[in-house]
Amino acid sequence: MLQVAASKRYEGFTLQAQFDAPTPGVTALFGRSGSGKTTLINIISGLLPADAARVQLDDQVLTDTQAGIHEPPERRHIGYVFQEPRLFPHLTVSGNLNYGARRARQRPRVVAADEVIALLALAPLLQRRPHQLSGGERQRVSLGRALLAQPRLLLLDEPFASLDAARREELLPYLVALRDRVSIPMVYVSHQFDEVLRLATHVVLLEAGRVLAHGPINEMSLRAELQSIVGPEHVGAVVDGVVTRLDEADGTAELAVGTGTLQISLRAVPVGTRVRLQLLARDIILAVQPVQGLSVRNALASTVLAVDADGYGGILVRLDVGGATVLARITQAARRALHLRPGDAVWTLVKAASTRGHTYPLAPRS
Amino acid sequence: MIDSTGSAELDALRLSFEVALRSVAFSLPLAVLAAWLLTRARFPGRLLFDAFVHLPLVLPPVAVGYLLLVLFGTRGVLGGWLRDHLGIVLPFTTAGAALATAVVTFPLMVRAIRLSLENVDRGLEQAAHTLGAGALDRFVTVTLPLMLPGILAGAVTAFAAGLGEFGAVITFAANIPGVTRTLPLALYTAMQSPHGDALALRLALLSLGLALAGLLASELLVRRVRVLLGR
Repeated sequence: MLQVAASKRYEGFTLQAQFDAPTPGVTALFGRSGSGKTTLINIISGLLPADAARVQLDDQVLTDTQAGIHEPPERRHIGYVFQEPRLFPHLTVSGNLNYGARRARQRPRVVAADEVIALLALAPLLQRRPHQLSGGERQRVSLGRALLAQPRLLLLDEPFASLDAARREELLPYLVALRDRVSIPMVYVSHQFDEVLRLATHVVLLEAGRVLAHGPINEMSLRAELQSIVGPEHVGAVVDGVVTRLDEADGTAELAVGTGTLQISLRAVPVGTRVRLQLLARDIILAVQPVQGLSVRNALASTVLAVDADGYGGILVRLDVGGATVLARITQAARRALHLRPGDAVWTLVKAASTRGHTYPLAPRS
Repeated sequence: MIDSTGSAELDALRLSFEVALRSVAFSLPLAVLAAWLLTRARFPGRLLFDAFVHLPLVLPPVAVGYLLLVLFGTRGVLGGWLRDHLGIVLPFTTAGAALATAVVTFPLMVRAIRLSLENVDRGLEQAAHTLGAGALDRFVTVTLPLMLPGILAGAVTAFAAGLGEFGAVITFAANIPGVTRTLPLALYTAMQSPHGDALALRLALLSLGLALAGLLASELLVRRVRVLLGR
């Protein structure tokens, strides 16, 4: 486990944060720009001295300002992938990859060079110089360089920030593959929830230098605090399920979620795959009676758990759908018309098409 | 003293090279250190140190030579100690001419190196830091190679300027044929002698050629290194 408690004061900004992150696992530090995400991982890496901090990775204390402990960055063995690739321009790709590897010879091996080169498809690039690479290639090399230093923890500071959307889509699968194949715990800084959704197992919600909440992603997706970061339009429960049936012709699949079955838009994912999807609260429809003649593919029997004002003029309804928790956003008028109260039985309607773009394969459960 | 066989030119040329080379070899590591201190270190009196480093740029070279004589003369503060303990005598020697040249060209060298150090991306050093490189390791494997264009430019410029240093050399090391009579001193001597016009012209042209070659070489070298660094 990674345990972090840190405070740092700047002109006009105060970081006061504490969280735990499971190891192995991918923990996302999620918040808007200026919320203190980068400051926090700089403190974890040891590059930035904190006013007061305690950082412990598994059983090793890396920073403890009270006890006067500050392990220098070069002895922390924490990999860092920066926003920009930061490749050494005077070395070839291979020289860059070897830089950390050479200094990690005495360390226990967490990942083999061949595997990293294969995973990140670096073989054709090895003899090139950084300025001969595309943006995406550079970031792949930067990732490989950090991994070959055999880190105990990998910090990633919005590694896609300097890339356009297309390059980002190209690079994300590499990170997913890495997460699933290499057992290095990661702390991932992002302000894009779809990245978090694809990569993270845990989330730390940060705002204005403070931790609003932290925990498993499914839990965090239900927290009201998330709204203040992503906005009410992008709130929605994150649920995990297993593909039980696939209809390639229709481009749909059936998913076992809790005790129920959900039909969603999904292609090219074999039966048995674990997937994660976000059901955006704004896309969910509630009905107090069974409905017929609708195009909606899913009508799930559910129970209302809570009905709350969402702080943005709408109502957020928390539902139990066969053991999974789902959020629905409705208007105040709809709430009055349906007389929704906790304990009510309702039908939760989910359009299969509305799940497209919000569904990602997960690592097989080990 | 002056003959027309060409050996005066060759002597002066050889001496100028020797003096400039020794001056660069001596001052390069110190210039890197000074540039590093001025760019990266925070210490009291930094401003004063900055001014001190650049002093030879604005001080008359003759004054530099004179001050060196005061310091390093055999009765000087440092000169006496050097002679008694290390057996080193600087005034009126080739080594002395090199020292005088080094002092005068030092600011040129520091400026070029400092500029390149300021342009080194600290982010790359941070990356090296997280990859397990300690302070000295980072400096040698990242900072220094990235400073290379500036170091080369500084060295070549100082070398080219050093070939022609006059005032400080003649004041501190005098004008001794074969020992401290470098190109400009030979040129000056030729101008002073009644039949030296032709020699003076040859020496002047030689100086011109050397200076031009030095500047061109510097530019080409720096370009070449920039390409290697991918800029």
